Amino acid sequence: MNAMLKPDSAEPVVAALTPEAKPARRPRRPLAANSTARARAQVSATALKIIAPLMGAALLVLVWQIITVKNSSFPTPAATLEEAVKLFSDPFYRNSPNDQGIGWNLLASLQRVGVGFGLAALVGIPLGFLIGRVQFVSAMFSPIISLLKPVSPLAWLPIGLLVFKSANPAAIWSIFICSIWPMIINTAIGVQRVPQDYMNVARVLNLSEWKILTKILLPSALPFVLTGVRLSIGTAWLVIVAAEMLTGGVGIGFWVWDEWNNLNVPHIIIAIGAIGLVGLLLEQALVALARAFTYEQVSN
Amino acid sequence: MEDKFIDIEGVEMVFHTKKGVFHALREIDLKVAKGEFITLIGHSGCGKSTLLNLIAGLLKPTDGVLLCANREIAGPSPERSVVFQNHSLLPWLTCYENIYLGVERVFGAAETKAQLKERTLAALALVGLTAAEAKRPHEISGGMKQRVGIARALAMEPKVLLMDEPFGALDALTRAHLQDELLKIVAATKSTVVMVTHDVDEAVLLSDRIVMMTNGPAATIGEIVEVQLERPRDRVALASDARYMEYRTAVLEFLYRKQAHPAKAA
Repeated sequence: MNAMLKPDSAEPVVAALTPEAKPARRPRRPLAANSTARARAQVSATALKIIAPLMGAALLVLVWQIITVKNSSFPTPAATLEEAVKLFSDPFYRNSPNDQGIGWNLLASLQRVGVGFGLAALVGIPLGFLIGRVQFVSAMFSPIISLLKPVSPLAWLPIGLLVFKSANPAAIWSIFICSIWPMIINTAIGVQRVPQDYMNVARVLNLSEWKILTKILLPSALPFVLTGVRLSIGTAWLVIVAAEMLTGGVGIGFWVWDEWNNLNVPHIIIAIGAIGLVGLLLEQALVALARAFTYEQVSN
Repeated sequence: MEDKFIDIEGVEMVFHTKKGVFHALREIDLKVAKGEFITLIGHSGCGKSTLLNLIAGLLKPTDGVLLCANREIAGPSPERSVVFQNHSLLPWLTCYENIYLGVERVFGAAETKAQLKERTLAALALVGLTAAEAKRPHEISGGMKQRVGIARALAMEPKVLLMDEPFGALDALTRAHLQDELLKIVAATKSTVVMVTHDVDEAVLLSDRIVMMTNGPAATIGEIVEVQLERPRDRVALASDARYMEYRTAVLEFLYRKQAHPAKAA
């Protein structure tokens, strides 16, 4: 499991791609040449890590620039950057309920995601444990989960509006619905995949169900649970933008829609960048968390 | 009663798998005396681990009875603790906590926390791992892990110690070292031991009796060799002992002449 999380598996590919390798002459090469070859490989590794992403970004900006030449309603990269600097120099202003800084909007969205996701974790993770541990419960819920999982969380929004009679809880409700499935499913799989060796230990030691849960199931399934959490947060962050476009109020999704109504295209582009950045940070934070809680499995 | 501390009578084991019915063991009859050291030896697939799991209570026999101290073996119990082939330590617990988990379960109701701690530390000391108390399994070597596994099993003061190829994954030197340690521990604790092995020297060195199994499917006990070498045994002295060679030859004869290795399991 550790190996899967390690990002440096790309290293050997780097070596294979470097043009320096001349297999026919290699055996005769003196030792000094070997060290220069290693230095070159190192240079090409940095090239892959730093220069390639920069080139990708430059290409994106170039394409963007070309588009703006043909289409005058589309802002240039420079104009957008200027607008972004202005926007982020004062992210936390409050003029009216419908005119607040981008920082407040992002925080409002994050808060909804936090609440909806937190409630989903509270329900989903214990339910996942039950489904993974008790076959009867699994048989009870599996068909329902299979049926409801593919439904877009936005389809649940009207139900939320009907029940809660307010936009904000309805948005949280959609987040709850979309976050709960990956957590239930991954937790259940994690519990089902607890190595039989550990369960045999539990049986020989005659551990109580509580000890089995806390000392074996929970630590063993934790990496799977955290994968579920990561998938949930990702989906929740996707869904909140769409949900807020429908519900209105304060929030980055609504903000995008509002700026569209104002025909403020630079702000929309900035919002897209900001949404992407927040999503990336959430993902990275959870990957780091998962790595901290991954243990080596039993092996000879 | 003393000579049939573990009593296995007419045990049959049939597995119902997706591929069909597999008859693993037939007509197993074996009596183990208290304090006796038994090894089960045979080619892979002969069901020796299955027999051990039956004694452990991890499996239920299709037919026949298994008794331990005159009581039917109904399920796994700390009374018959197991040292697993791959140590099966919980990687998120320290060596101390791994052992404490079993100690707490067996003695927790009757003893104080301090006594439980003392037992755990004593078990670690018994296998010479006091220094590794606070280490997690991935921080110690394979041999040390296996020793913690043995300590965990012994700390529960089991009536029977069951070992499933406990040294199979270790290098020869570590294995020899642990065998010597095991001999000392067993002599000190007077444990009844049933051990699965595929190592002929290990079997002769450790056992009072070597139970040799025929090839599967439907494997059974082929022959039993009684090893009448006095204890304590010394591996270097035994290496040139004529009786040792005789026992060794008897086991080899059984394994490679009478029960030649089945081709499919090669």
